[in-house]
Amino acid sequence: MIRLAQVSKVFNQGRHNEVRAVRDLSLELDTRGITVFKGPSGSGKTSLLAMIGCLSRPTSGRIHLEGRLISNLPERFMTAVRRDTFGFIFQRFNLIRGLTVLENVMLPAYPLAPAPSTLRDRALDLLRQFHLAERANNQAEWLSGGEAQRTAICRALINRPRILIADEPTANLDSQLSRELLALIGDLADQGKGVLISSHDPLVFDHARVSRVVELRDGRLA
Amino acid sequence: MRALLRRQRYLLDYSLSSLARRPGKHLALLLVYTLIVFLLASTLLFTQSLRREAALVLAESPELIVQRLLAGRHELMPADYLHRLGRLRGVSESYGRLWGYFYDPAVKANYTLLVPRQDPPAPGDVILGTGVARARGLGVGDYLSLRSARGEPFSFKVAALLEADTELVASDLILLGPEDFRRFFAFPADRYTDIVLRVPNPSEVRKVAEKIALALPDTRPILREEILRTYDALFGWRQGVVIVLLTGALLAFVIFAFDRAAGLSAEERREIGILKAIGWETGDVLRMKFWEGAALSLTAFLAGYLLAYVHVFFFAATLFAPVLKGWAVLYPDFSPLPFVDGLQVATLFFFTVFPYTVATIVPIWRAAITDPDQVMR
Repeated sequence: MIRLAQVSKVFNQGRHNEVRAVRDLSLELDTRGITVFKGPSGSGKTSLLAMIGCLSRPTSGRIHLEGRLISNLPERFMTAVRRDTFGFIFQRFNLIRGLTVLENVMLPAYPLAPAPSTLRDRALDLLRQFHLAERANNQAEWLSGGEAQRTAICRALINRPRILIADEPTANLDSQLSRELLALIGDLADQGKGVLISSHDPLVFDHARVSRVVELRDGRLA
Repeated sequence: MRALLRRQRYLLDYSLSSLARRPGKHLALLLVYTLIVFLLASTLLFTQSLRREAALVLAESPELIVQRLLAGRHELMPADYLHRLGRLRGVSESYGRLWGYFYDPAVKANYTLLVPRQDPPAPGDVILGTGVARARGLGVGDYLSLRSARGEPFSFKVAALLEADTELVASDLILLGPEDFRRFFAFPADRYTDIVLRVPNPSEVRKVAEKIALALPDTRPILREEILRTYDALFGWRQGVVIVLLTGALLAFVIFAFDRAAGLSAEERREIGILKAIGWETGDVLRMKFWEGAALSLTAFLAGYLLAYVHVFFFAATLFAPVLKGWAVLYPDFSPLPFVDGLQVATLFFFTVFPYTVATIVPIWRAAITDPDQVMR
């Protein structure tokens, strides 16, 4: 269970360009199934996911994960929670150019320092599972949009996280690839992973596998 | 412990791939860095080997040289002083030396003319230092023509050339017989240039020098260790001058390195953001960048030092020799003995790698503390 209590996020606080992305939001989320945050651009979806995923801290309010307060941890512990609990799929994939697909997938595990052969086998297993085995040694920038998205999913899964966070995952995909992606995400949810998605794409929030839709507007629940 | 080492290995792997992915930027830095190490290492290696070479050659020189002074200037030594000095306790041997300087207007160079104690050349013969032979274009069997201070012409047959391994201190030397020397300089028959004393026991050398100063107050004893110290100071001073000049280059390099590190490209900043977002700590990013800098520094240091070693010991320090060796015209042409001093390597390492690390750490740290949520926006 993820519990948010009166969470706010303010950027550039006290300056002329202050932005209140999330306002006093309280919410409880199941860590199983697929939850979609929908809303127009600027509604606070990404900021909310970033706070839940320990990428940033709320300006005020608290976030608990399975009863543990995670919103005010020091950077080092916050990173550990992020690394062990969450896997991220970014809107622009954010693969590192110049590295191979295999190296990109293995990257999140480097700080945990598993045995090299174990890590390599685990990454290759994931690539096989997502039909990318033959692309393992290709440079990330040579991949098509769909392949890059699947590589990003493999990377998100390398540390075996309990929860996947996907920020606008279909924004750079056509309808066919979007459906394929949603099927893959559905499979992961079936395997017991919790999935949190931010999207304003009807293909996503109207999808049959989605268990809950949370609508946001102007940083509040709509 | 194993996990810690593995973690460093992963970070090092990533650093090396990161260096390879931006060859243009890193190659320029590597080249400048290598050049700086090369210049500094060449200076240090060459000066060190000059000192060592001079010390080796002077090791055979006498423990004490006694000169006479008149009005504070070097004056010729009366021959009867030889007998008085030879009787001092601790002195095993004493002999007078004949030597002097001669300016040769033909090649605008100063020669040192010396009568060797053992096996002096036969009358009419000379043995030349290689510098003199080069300057006058002479070989064995040729004739060296000089006009003495009184304007008389002299012609000497070149009987031999001095060995190249003494060239550092004997480049400008002309060896000749005592009669030729006295005739050439119109040198009085009852005089020597100075007197040499052999004192076998090193602990007695200073005591003997004190006795000389008391017994013959118009003389000046010169100890071998003083000559060595003078050489040391001279080469040290020359090294200092070159290093001061190179400090400017080192400073320019530090600014260059800072500029390079501060100017992290948008791509590099984005990469750091991604690494943090997928679970790397700030410390991991710093350690990765540390390995990147260490790989670059060590490569530049090793390459620069190796090039300097080749430059000094295989090409006789072609770039710096005129400044560091001295000699107005007759530059000695010698190949220094390969020699590496551990402390010197450590000092050079500190003065090149440390400034680079300090110059780059702050800009990298500023990039590494970027909020990871930047990559989501």
